[in-house]
Amino acid sequence: MSELLVPFEYNYMVKAIWVSGLVGATCAFLSAFLMLRGWSLMGDALAHSIVPGVAGAYLLQIPFAAGAFIAGFLASIAMWFVRQQSKLREDAVIGIVFTSFFAAGLLLVSINPTAVNVQSIVLGNILGISDDDAFQVVLIAAVSLAILLVKWKDLMVVFFDETHARTVGINPTGLKLLFFTLLSACTVAALQTVGACLVIAMVVTPGATAYLLTDRFGWLLTLSVLIGGLTSMVGAYLSFFLDGATGGVIVTLQTLLFLAAFVFAPKHGLLAARRPHASGGSAQ
Amino acid sequence: MNAHADLGANPKPPVDAARERPSDRLPSISAENITVAYSNGHVALENVSFDLAAGTICGLVGVNGSGKSTLFKTIMGFVRPTRGSIRIAGMPVDEALKANLVAYVPQSEDVDWNFPVLVEDVVMMGRYGHMGFLRRAAKEDHAKVSEALERVGMASFRKRQIGELSGGQKKRVFLARALAQQSRIILLDEPFTGVDVKTESAIIELLRDLRARKHLMLVSTHNLGSVPDFCDQVVLINKKLLAAGPTETTFTQANLEKAFGGVLRHFKLGGADLHDDDDRRAVTVLTDDERPLVFYGENGDKRPGSAGKK
Ligand SMILES: Nc1ncnc2c1ncn2[C@@H]1O[C@H](COP(=O)(O)OP(=O)(O)OP(=O)(O)O)[C@@H](O)[C@H]1O
Ligand SMILES: [Mg+2]
Repeated sequence: MSELLVPFEYNYMVKAIWVSGLVGATCAFLSAFLMLRGWSLMGDALAHSIVPGVAGAYLLQIPFAAGAFIAGFLASIAMWFVRQQSKLREDAVIGIVFTSFFAAGLLLVSINPTAVNVQSIVLGNILGISDDDAFQVVLIAAVSLAILLVKWKDLMVVFFDETHARTVGINPTGLKLLFFTLLSACTVAALQTVGACLVIAMVVTPGATAYLLTDRFGWLLTLSVLIGGLTSMVGAYLSFFLDGATGGVIVTLQTLLFLAAFVFAPKHGLLAARRPHASGGSAQ
Repeated sequence: MNAHADLGANPKPPVDAARERPSDRLPSISAENITVAYSNGHVALENVSFDLAAGTICGLVGVNGSGKSTLFKTIMGFVRPTRGSIRIAGMPVDEALKANLVAYVPQSEDVDWNFPVLVEDVVMMGRYGHMGFLRRAAKEDHAKVSEALERVGMASFRKRQIGELSGGQKKRVFLARALAQQSRIILLDEPFTGVDVKTESAIIELLRDLRARKHLMLVSTHNLGSVPDFCDQVVLINKKLLAAGPTETTFTQANLEKAFGGVLRHFKLGGADLHDDDDRRAVTVLTDDERPLVFYGENGDKRPGSAGKK
């Protein structure tokens, strides 16, 4: 039994568990919104778009996170702008913008070969995160979470019906700008925990799982945050026994939960769809 | 043509800016010489001017593609006029929207029907302009939502997910949201399309109530027959303003023929078809949609009423 408590004896493990949980919860919050507007792949796109920012940051001797954030932010604004100005669909827009950013990143890396520690960007390194980095990640996640908690209803109206949002005095442009800023910041934070490849899972899977379980946005957010936060904490804890690969463990847990919801969800699950008269309980 | 019609049943509100909160101002809409062109170069409205004041239900009538929806979008500021301007309660459009002065029910809702919100959540969104920073619903907000759902006959559907409704039911939910919003100006783009007659009557009743409380409503419709029933003003457009003014003097056969040209189905029954005696009066039936409009009299000069509603 006491063997199970061993991870808590190590400072770095305790730190990793809390940091992962916070990042996981914040990403999950964002995932609830992203999933709904066909922007799901944006997290992945952002993670790739960050490469030129990181390479540029090394070139210019500015902090890694600052460069990453700027690149991510520019990419998300570019995607949003192209989407607004043309009638291209989200998937095409995301594809175009992120490949061009990624290409620019590769170019920078190849011109300046010593630049980036690719390993830690691709896989993340939460178990070995420095105190400074941990502080940075916690700050980003905490501030984002606080803003989201205050503004989620306004964001919901903007995502659901922009036209109506304007008539109740909400400024959709400002809110979207806010949202994409938070998304970029949280992508950078998640990058340091689970790595570029798995950021996408953090900002899609919890929201998608919760979506199968409820028809109310408030509940969807709650479930999503719980799923994201808990799987991240448990994942970090388990990765102690599995030696590294924290991101892999977290995302595996999230996937298992998703599969469970996909099969057993009371209304939208596979079994419910098979059952006759399954979707009762709403209005008569 | 540049008709500038003053439609106000009531005098214009005094332009006294510092008077009170903007949301308390008397509602009014004033379009001045607006011309609207879409990005493909198509000019959808040309030199349209009119004024509407508080306590009015104004019918907006015209053929398909005459620019009715465009006019609504211009009033809402989604499309910017290339020339001319619109003022709402004496304010520019954006300011008026910020003040929760205008509720809008578009012709078709551009929303994601799979969005995880229930009917009552959607109607509650209408209340956001009345809530504080955190948008927490008070007792009054819940009451208004229930009331609005009751009015459109959707109370028993309040726990349904929004996509799990029929077309007409969806329409009614968005009407309920506009009602719950309690804005003093309500823009309704074809609210009766796909809505059954019972609900239509209930909505008209409601609009009359709001008119009595000095609200201003602009309603586009193809149901010509119901226009004289509930509209006290009409605006006829076909890219340009054709006519505007009180229903009695503006909603005439001559003006309608101008608005609809040959599109209108037109039946004239008279003489032996209608009377046994030598009566020269005839029944003229004009129809654009379900409810025909009937004129009766020697030259169709009797006040129009609606057929099938006697
Ligand atoms: N987004 C757009 N881009 C270009 N042209 C448009 C656009 N929307 C509408 N139009 C054109 O502008 C004109 C007016 O359209 P509008 O939608 O205002 O008509 P309407 O009076 O509402 O018709 P309906 O009775 O069918 O609803 C039409 O000729 C239409 O083809
Ligand atoms: Mg229209």
